[in-house]
Amino acid sequence: MSGFSYPILPTGHLLAIEGLQPPHISALLDLAESYALLNRQGKTQRDLLRGRTLINLFFEDSTRTRTSFELAGKRLGADVINMSVSNSSVNKGETLLDTASTLNAMHTDLLVIRHSQSGAPALLSQKVDAAVINAGDGMHEHPTQALLDALTIRRRKGTLENLIVAICGDVLHSRVARSNIHLLSAMGARLRVVGPPTLIPAECARMGVEVFHDMGAGLAGADVVMMLRLQRERMSAGLVPSPREFFRFYGLDAAKLAYTKPDSIVMHPGPMNRGIEIDSAIADDPERSVIGEQVEMGVAVRMAVLDVLSRDLRRNS
Amino acid sequence: MKPLLITNARLLDPATGLDAIGAILIEGGRIASLTGAPAEGIEVLDAGGACLSPGLVDMRASIGEPGAEHRETIASAAQAAAAGGITTIAVLPDTEPTLDDPALIEFVIRRGEATGSLTLIPYGAATKHCAGKDLSEYGLLREAGAAGFSDGSKAIGSARIMRLALSYARAFGAMIVQHPEDPSLAGSGSATEGELATRLGLPGMPAAAEAIMVARDVALARLTGGHVHFGHVSTGAALEHIRAAKAEGLRVTCDTAPPYFDLNETAIGDYRTYAKLTPPLRCEEDRLAVVAALADGTIDAIASDHQPRDADDKRLPFAQAAAGGVGLATLLGITLARVHGGDLTLLNALGLMTNRPAALLGLASGRLAVGAPADLCLFWPDRAWQVKAGALPGKAQNSPFDGRALEGRVMATFKAGRQVFRA
Repeated sequence: MSGFSYPILPTGHLLAIEGLQPPHISALLDLAESYALLNRQGKTQRDLLRGRTLINLFFEDSTRTRTSFELAGKRLGADVINMSVSNSSVNKGETLLDTASTLNAMHTDLLVIRHSQSGAPALLSQKVDAAVINAGDGMHEHPTQALLDALTIRRRKGTLENLIVAICGDVLHSRVARSNIHLLSAMGARLRVVGPPTLIPAECARMGVEVFHDMGAGLAGADVVMMLRLQRERMSAGLVPSPREFFRFYGLDAAKLAYTKPDSIVMHPGPMNRGIEIDSAIADDPERSVIGEQVEMGVAVRMAVLDVLSRDLRRNS
Repeated sequence: MKPLLITNARLLDPATGLDAIGAILIEGGRIASLTGAPAEGIEVLDAGGACLSPGLVDMRASIGEPGAEHRETIASAAQAAAAGGITTIAVLPDTEPTLDDPALIEFVIRRGEATGSLTLIPYGAATKHCAGKDLSEYGLLREAGAAGFSDGSKAIGSARIMRLALSYARAFGAMIVQHPEDPSLAGSGSATEGELATRLGLPGMPAAAEAIMVARDVALARLTGGHVHFGHVSTGAALEHIRAAKAEGLRVTCDTAPPYFDLNETAIGDYRTYAKLTPPLRCEEDRLAVVAALADGTIDAIASDHQPRDADDKRLPFAQAAAGGVGLATLLGITLARVHGGDLTLLNALGLMTNRPAALLGLASGRLAVGAPADLCLFWPDRAWQVKAGALPGKAQNSPFDGRALEGRVMATFKAGRQVFRA
């Protein structure tokens, strides 16, 4: 189903969005779009990854991302194994590189990794034979999330170019925000980040975004509102004084959404804190919220990524 | 209320530089005209050539209420303020309870309104319970009317918390008002470290505790882009840092208080606890540096730094006595002494107590402008009087200026066009 003559992911891994070129991104999104169609039709491609081993190596808790990769792998016929930190040997003192040798010995083909340390997938990619997919590393990147967000936006808006996208909330700790900034800017969208100064990373504007501390100004005329999850520990760390204050000034409710374009869409990478960063009425509004579609596109995007990264394997075998 | 025309007054408006004999028409609580001819049948007050300035805006004072009503109530502070020509006070939040909830901000504002003579604008607590640990709800407090955020007479000691405070406050356009004193260095000192403290056998705190905190917070203002305002600055070294920060274009401002340009540490000789203040009185070189910084504009405002204490707080051995002095009734007189001494022009001196602090607090008052609230201070610049602790207006009497002879006295104070004090 693919007709690309050049490698879509030239490094053989998907470690970050930063560095991907617009044609690569478009090709991935196009491929994912076709998988989305197949998924809706209930068709599968169980021969594509038959006999291949996909390991989900999760050093951080995750339900939806892990499940999404698992489903993507299974729909393509791979043998999927989930390893999570609670039952891995990391707790017994094994280092990341020890884990790498173990995985090599098991002849892993595709390795999906989530880790609390920025750069851990990159380190692992240097030591394992498998193609490595970053499923979120620290505060660095979450490339498949950005791809699924872009696909969702593209399906709703027809294009990414010149859209005003406001990423709101805890940008400081967000790998989702960083990946989205890279991807959407590369594709010609106009990026804004909105949040209290304590949750905006230093020199953020140097990444090509406009910084706002006021939701009214930051949301004015936006086509897409992307809310980020505010973790409870940000409050105990003193970055935000209270949930009620955060919701009052930075939580997305109808009054704030009214600043955006009338046909704007609302996104959230999940899991949501209702009543903190987003009002339930907005999260559940079928006219505006595309949160469910994001999850659906997640599987399609991950199928596309697995497809692309396994092409070399298939060629070599 | 009937319109009132004050004639034959020396109109002084620091914001515009106006200094001329004229008349001012008050209507509906606001200044209606600075030029209008006297109409028939309205009330006229002949000022007899006395000075008429905007009512004074005191940007730093503690009031006993809520929590220490035995020292002073808002009503009694309002009396003292009116007698001192003060029509607006920004009050510190380190009361009991601390002003860290929107309802308390609204409470203090309403209590001020109830006096009929004094606008109270509370600072919100910079950290919950002024404990220096967790930021309070700046957005909600600001909406309720908080002028800015401060932990009052406690320094925000942690550099990390100060960084967060400056950073977070930026989202709401608010300043952080710091008590510039490194707590770990100041320790339990009760006087400025030096020869006098040594001779008196008092535990000293080095004057550098102030400059160190100011230098740190200037660096944090640079890092965050936030606005730091230093309260009651008292040393030349700290003022050097502030001068340099302003030249660099950072959002750094400061005020000082009358004790720091009128008294030096010798006032605590004989263990006079009424002269025990926070920060403590400094050496003469520092006093002169404060005067110079008032003259060259480094200091943005003169505040009363009013701190009511009762006799039980002060009738103690020096190191055990509470620090702080009242200052509402003497703010104008002590400042005019620097005018008489030739250090400040009259307009500059008044600007430090009217339009400049009003601008920092975001107020429309502090100016003689048509449409501005008719908050006015009518005073004789040369009339002599003597400060007598025990005979001061208001309840609290702990003045560090007890016995000081002054020239310059308030004749009358007007709040929203209504006369609220007459000598």
